[in-house]
Parts: sequence; C-alpha cells; structure tokens
Amino acid sequence: MAMQLDISDIGTRENRLGSITGYVGDLQDLANQSNCGSLKGGVRCFSQSSTCLSGCALGQLSGIRDVAVIHHGPAGCSVTGAQIYTVTKQVAKKRGVVNNTVYIGTDMSEEDTIFGAGDSLHDIVVETNRRYKPKAIFVSSSCATGIIGEDIDSIVAELRDEIDVPIAAIHCEGFKSRIWASGFDLSDHAVLTTIVKEPKQKRNKINFKNFYESARDDIIALFKNFDVEPVFLYANATVEELSHISESLATVCICGTLGNYLGNGLEEKYGVPYIRTINPLGVVGFETWLREIGKVIHKETEVEQYIQAERSIYLPQIEEVKKELEGLRAVLGMGPGYTFEVSRVLQELGMEVVWAAAWHYDKRYENGDIPPAMDYLLKNTPNFEVSVADQQNFEILNILNTYKPDLYLSRHPGSTVWAIKQGYPAVYVADEYMIFGYKRTLEFAHTVLDTIRNRSFEKNLAKMVKLPYTDWWYKQKLDLFLEKTK
Amino acid sequence: MAKILDKQRYKCAMGAMSTVQAIERAIPVLHSGAGCAQKLSNSSGSSGYFSPNIFPCTSINEQDVVFGGEKKLHSTIENSLKVIDADLYVVLTGCTPEIVGDNVDEIVADFKDAEKPVIFASTPGFKGNNYQGHEWVVDAIVEQYLSPTEKKTPGLVNIWADVPYQDEFWLGNLRELEKLLAELGLIPNTIFGYKRGIENIKKIPEAQFNLLVSPWVGLENVKRMQAKFGTPYLHYPTLPIGAFETSKFLRAVGNFAGVDQGKIEKLISEKEAYYYYYIERFADLFLETRVMSKKFSVVADAQYVLGITKFLVNDMGLFPAKQYIVDDTPKQYRNDIEGYFKDLNYDIEAAVEFGVDGYKIQQEIENTDYHGYPLLLGGYWEKDIAAKTNAHFLNVSWPVNERLVMNSYYVGYDGGLKLIEDIYSVVKTRFN
Repeated sequence: MAMQLDISDIGTRENRLGSITGYVGDLQDLANQSNCGSLKGGVRCFSQSSTCLSGCALGQLSGIRDVAVIHHGPAGCSVTGAQIYTVTKQVAKKRGVVNNTVYIGTDMSEEDTIFGAGDSLHDIVVETNRRYKPKAIFVSSSCATGIIGEDIDSIVAELRDEIDVPIAAIHCEGFKSRIWASGFDLSDHAVLTTIVKEPKQKRNKINFKNFYESARDDIIALFKNFDVEPVFLYANATVEELSHISESLATVCICGTLGNYLGNGLEEKYGVPYIRTINPLGVVGFETWLREIGKVIHKETEVEQYIQAERSIYLPQIEEVKKELEGLRAVLGMGPGYTFEVSRVLQELGMEVVWAAAWHYDKRYENGDIPPAMDYLLKNTPNFEVSVADQQNFEILNILNTYKPDLYLSRHPGSTVWAIKQGYPAVYVADEYMIFGYKRTLEFAHTVLDTIRNRSFEKNLAKMVKLPYTDWWYKQKLDLFLEKTK
Repeated sequence: MAKILDKQRYKCAMGAMSTVQAIERAIPVLHSGAGCAQKLSNSSGSSGYFSPNIFPCTSINEQDVVFGGEKKLHSTIENSLKVIDADLYVVLTGCTPEIVGDNVDEIVADFKDAEKPVIFASTPGFKGNNYQGHEWVVDAIVEQYLSPTEKKTPGLVNIWADVPYQDEFWLGNLRELEKLLAELGLIPNTIFGYKRGIENIKKIPEAQFNLLVSPWVGLENVKRMQAKFGTPYLHYPTLPIGAFETSKFLRAVGNFAGVDQGKIEKLISEKEAYYYYYIERFADLFLETRVMSKKFSVVADAQYVLGITKFLVNDMGLFPAKQYIVDDTPKQYRNDIEGYFKDLNYDIEAAVEFGVDGYKIQQEIENTDYHGYPLLLGGYWEKDIAAKTNAHFLNVSWPVNERLVMNSYYVGYDGGLKLIEDIYSVVKTRFN
C-alpha cells in the first residue's frame, strides 16, 4: 500500500499495519494467523496503564536540535517536556553540542474545552517563535483538543503564512491507538512532510535511525572503513541535516519498530534504499545487517574484511562466556522490534527463550512484509510461547510465576523492578545499543552473567516485599481478560 | 484560558494519582488514556508497593469516546478488586470521560457494597493542576470514606503539608513535622508514607485539631473537615526551616494545642542550643566564603518560596531579591501570601510575583543586579539561567533532576542545617 505523505494525520498502526496488542499463543501460531489473515487481536476488559503515543511522537521530535514542540492540551500532556529537557541537555552535552529545543504546553482549561482555544494556541506559537527563533515548530493535539474538535491543521496552515520556518501539525490524540509506536510514525511523517527536501545531490551518508546515539563514536569509526558517514536521527540532529536525508545512500535503523516509517517513506518518495534486514544486535544480526549495507553501497569486500578481522577478536571471547550462559531460561518483555531481535540473540548466546512478550505486534511493515526478526525466528529457531500485551505487568508477573525463569529482560521503565520483587534477576535493556555489534554483544553477555551470578539485590528485596497482586490472579490463565474482537 | 507553559512547574489534576500512591495500600483506578499515568509519574521513589504501571486503567480508545466508557470502567473496577491486593480503590477521571460525559458517580456507586472501599475524585486535566487535584483526592476521602465520630482523642493532631511526589522532600518533611509535634507531647497523625495509610485515615475524625503547614494547599480540606467533623484547624502558612521559624512554629502549635508554656519554651531552648552548636562551628565558613553574596531568589511553589525566604532572611541574614511563586496559586489566596512576605526581621519585605511563564521569570533574573553572585534556588529549569548569570544554584522544587532525594528533608532545625549543607556544597565548588 502506498504511504499517504500528502496528509497530516496518518492513522494508527492498528489501521495501517493490522497491528495488535492482545494475543496469547506461540510464535508459529502468531505467524500462521498473520499470514492467513485470521489474526485479530483481543481487547482486555481489565488492563493497567501503559504509554501514550504522544510521548513517542514528541519525544522523538524534541530531540531535534533547536526546534519548538508545542503541546496543545492540559498541563498533564505537556509534562513530558520537563523530563525530556533533562535528557536532551545531557545527550547534547555528551556530544559536545548545545540543544536549545523547547517544549511548551498550553495549560488548557475547562473553559477552553467549551469554547476552544485555537486563538490562544495561535498566539502561543507566535510568541514561542518570537522568543526562541526555532528552526522548526511542531504543534501537537491531545485527547482533549481532539475531542472538542480543535482544528490544528487550519491553525498550522494560517501560521505558515506568518512564520518562516517549517511547521507541522502532529495528531497525538492518545485514545487513537493502544500502540505507542504509532507515535514514532507521526514524528517521521512530520519530518518527511515538512522538513525533508527534494534531493539535489547524492551524499556519502547513511541515515541512522536511533534513539540517543550512545554508540555514535563507534559507528562513525565503523562506517569510516567503508568511506561513509552516519547521520544520526533524531536526537541532536539539526533541521538542516534532516532536510538532506533524502540525499543519503541508504537508511538503517537500530529498531524496526522505530525506523520502519521513515525508512519506507524515504525509499518510496526519494528512492533512498531502506536496509530491511534483521537488526544489528548479536553476531548474526550485526553481520547480516552490515553485509546488506555493503551490498547497497557497493563495499562488499571491505565489509567482509572488517567482519573477518572483528570475528577473530571477539568470537573466541563470546564463545567463552557462552559456556556459562548455556541453558539459562529467559522471559522477555519488550517492544516488538526488540522482543524478536533479542530472542534471537539470547538463543545465539545459548540461552532458552521460554516466553517472549511483545508490547504490540505488527503483522507487516509499511512495505507489506512481515517483520524480518520474526521471519528469521520462524526459519531458524525452535517455536516458543509468545504473548502480545501493551506492558500489562500483571500478565508478565503471572508468566514469571508460572515459568520461573533464570532471567527476565525488559526494555521499558518500570518493568524490571517487578520481576526482581518476585525474586527473578532482571536485565534492563535500556540503551538501544546495548547488544550492538561484536563488542557490545560480548559486554551484554557479561552483564547477563554478572546478573545471574550475584542475585543478592533481588533476593534481599523479594524477601522483604509483598507483591501487589492477589493469589487469585496468580492462579488464573493469562488470557482471562482477553476478549476476542469480532 | 489556555496560556503559555514555558518551563512547566506542575502537572494536571490527575497527577493527584501520586497522592493516592503515597497512601500505603491505596491504589488509583484510572478512567483515562493509557499513557496518562506514565506521563504523570515521577521516576523518583515510584516503585513502591504499587507503581504507576500497576495502576488499573480503562485505557480509553476511540470507541469509548464515541459510545462512552462506562462499561469498561465497570469491568475495570470489578477486576481491580479481584486482581490487585489493595485496601482503598480511588477512581480518578482524566479528560476524555469528563468531556464525553460518562456517569462515573453512578458506576462507582455500584461498588458501594464491595468488599473494599471504592471512592471517586473527578480530576480531569483541564480542571486544574496537581496541587488542586491533591486537594480533591483528600476531599474525596473525607467526604466518601470517613464519617463524623463522637470519639475525640486529646492531643491527636492531623498534619497536612504539601503535595506528595510534587514536593521531592514530601516524605522526609512530613516525618520531621511529626517528630516536632511528638516532642511537644502531641500525637501526630499523617496519612502518607511508610506505616501510616488507612489506619491513620480512619483516625482523622477523632483528632483534636488539623494542622495545615502550607501557604494554601489543603486549606479547602481542613475547612471541609471542620464542617464535617467539627475539627478546628490551625493554618500555619510557612514551612518551618531553621531555628527562627521552627521555634515560632512550635510556639504556635503548642499554644493552639494547649501545651504547657514552660514545656514549649524548654523544648525550644534545647533545640536552639543544639542548632546553634552547629551554626557556631560553621559560622566562619558562612562569613568567610568570598563567593557568597547576600542576595537570593527562589523560584518554586508557594511553600518553598515562603519557607526558604524566611529561613535565608531570618536565620542566615541574607537579603531577598524578588521571589517567584510558580504553582499557579489560585487568585483568592494571593493577597494573604503576599502579606507573609512582609513579615520578615528588621521590617524587610520581599517582593513576590505569581506567574507560570518561566521565560519571563528568567529574563527578570538575568536583568537583576544581585550585587555579587546570585544565589538561586529553584526548579531544574533554573540550571541554565544560573549558568548564564554565574549564580550558585540549588534545585529544590519540581522538576528536581540530577539529584537523588530519598528521605532527606528541609523542615525543622535539622532541615535548616541540611539546606545549609546543600547550598554550601554548591558554593564551595568555587574559590572566587
């Protein structure tokens, strides 16, 4: 299906990609049902709080250097700005740059829900522009503004006549989607439609979609072997850099869930190849990914030389740790990008995946293919149990209680703590580069090993705390609250 | 009306989920968007018995917007009672159900005979901020959970202070206020934090009086309790930090409670002697640190602006530049609060401004002559302007980042010493 790059509201992953947030079964069944079109996600009649797509959308955009995000809604919506501010400053400082991005709220009141606050929003955007002279402005809606029908598209259209920098409307009504990753697509869409310019010349660059560029120096060094430079997106990127990403040789990403929309959009609109391999996590992922890059930029020989040199350094060390990890049983809960990628890596390291919980599942990506990490597992690994749940913690603890694994791995704040309270060691795979390439795969293996070897912290804590769920719940089947949709 | 929130200092009313979270074994049940709780939570002391990702939530979707979310709210409450092991379930509403008109009162009423109490506070984000949301949650407890009682316990004092989690030092401050009252021979009763909770909530109507230590937050609550339970209240607007204010505080509370004068004065003189043992030993440092000047500004909620201003003026002999209150204090309280800033030693009066536009505040600070390095106490936002103006900067009010607060506090005699420690730990990073 062609992407709709001419409108501001792109719809959700549920609608575009058939994505789901409720499923209990196994890998093969999930894939079979996806293929024959019978996969219908369930909805829960009981759930716990999770995440809002606006956090993903505006979190991404506010990483861009020297822009303004204006979040039109009550103060609770824009409160994200206070957290983002710290991260933005720290991430910029690490790189030695200054990021003057601002995140502004509109403190919508009860009166505004009746009469609308379009005029105020207009004035706030103008004032923000006067104060900070941002290089681009992103104006976002919220649940409240969405329901009362505030027309942010028209307000933005008017503002374009008054303000001489790119302005985009971002449709962030939280009720639209259970899948917060829809927010990544919204941010990509805004960048694609308002900032990226038509290519004038090819540049020796590769777009690298990631979160916080923690492995920046290593990747610059890596790509130098092949005479290309990475352009990291979006944290610390400038609007000027973004305007040229249509001129790059290719787009790669650290996470398929994160990079899918931008990668496909740049390919469809500007012919920038999108590298759709499994992601560069673990040895197999890294090599597969790097070889594909080599093919696309015609540096296959150099890539092969690099791989052989690095293998000789790291593979023996990885094999050594692997001996200690062999047979450990793991449960993991992550976004679907990482769930299926990390499942592969754990198996590469000799561990057994007993349950993988994905926070959502995309039946297919923007180009119509099933996600490559899933495809790889289906072809190469034993079947294992899978659930799809938007961070439903009570389900995770039920799984842990039933399967009693040696290790729980999660990638979202507030999740690992519950595993350790139940007495299971947990690894927080927060940094997107934690398992990137040979060196970090080795470091990750050691982190797992250290976690398993010293269980003091979780044992001490688990002994002292009571769990928040009733005994009744631990005796129930996992899909108790999951109602099939018609 | 909508206004520019540049350098935001508060959350929306549903941020009061943290007030519920601060009560042991009480859990918020949210009728809201799936991501509201995550946004409104602080990652600071949040993984207690319940954390925001344990809070049940109806996770409102498009269908609920069109057809209403009452059925989903019902099943969410019903199953919360089965799945979550809590003693008090507090339903909080976000924006959407309030705009589309879900009848939440009626759904909650269905659970009046449930095994555990289920109560409801309306907290849509557009109705107010989390300072007000906090008051609405306490009101809901008073109105829906508690009944008047004949039984009164002499000496039992309910203590109410500022907002849990919004005030990074909420827990330590409350504990220290309790200790001060206990030293007067009173029986402090608070509902937030370790081993307080439901049992203490039940004691609220028995108290001899309510003590409110806040410039304005909670005033509605103590008035409501006076009307419902006949409990008188003492409103002590200033968070007592350091010797001067804490001694004044002890006298005010002691007198109100009818504590023997001699006992009050004995306690105060012991405490002041202890406090000045430390001050004396470090007085040389305070006088002879060449980078420390006299002028300061506080950018914070009303409680810290007032509390810290009084401490720095009356205890430390500093001089106030303009002070900035950024909690969107309701207009009806502003006159009184301005008055408190006129009651400083040597007839000093501090200029105080109410505003939520951080940009304007920082511009003013930049254009103010502090006659030396400014001393700036504020939110994390002030870090930048402090760097620009060469100020000594201490992050005391929300958002508090880049420092960890577990159980420390600024209240009382020891709290004053702690604040001095924190200020001078910054000041001492410079020689000249």
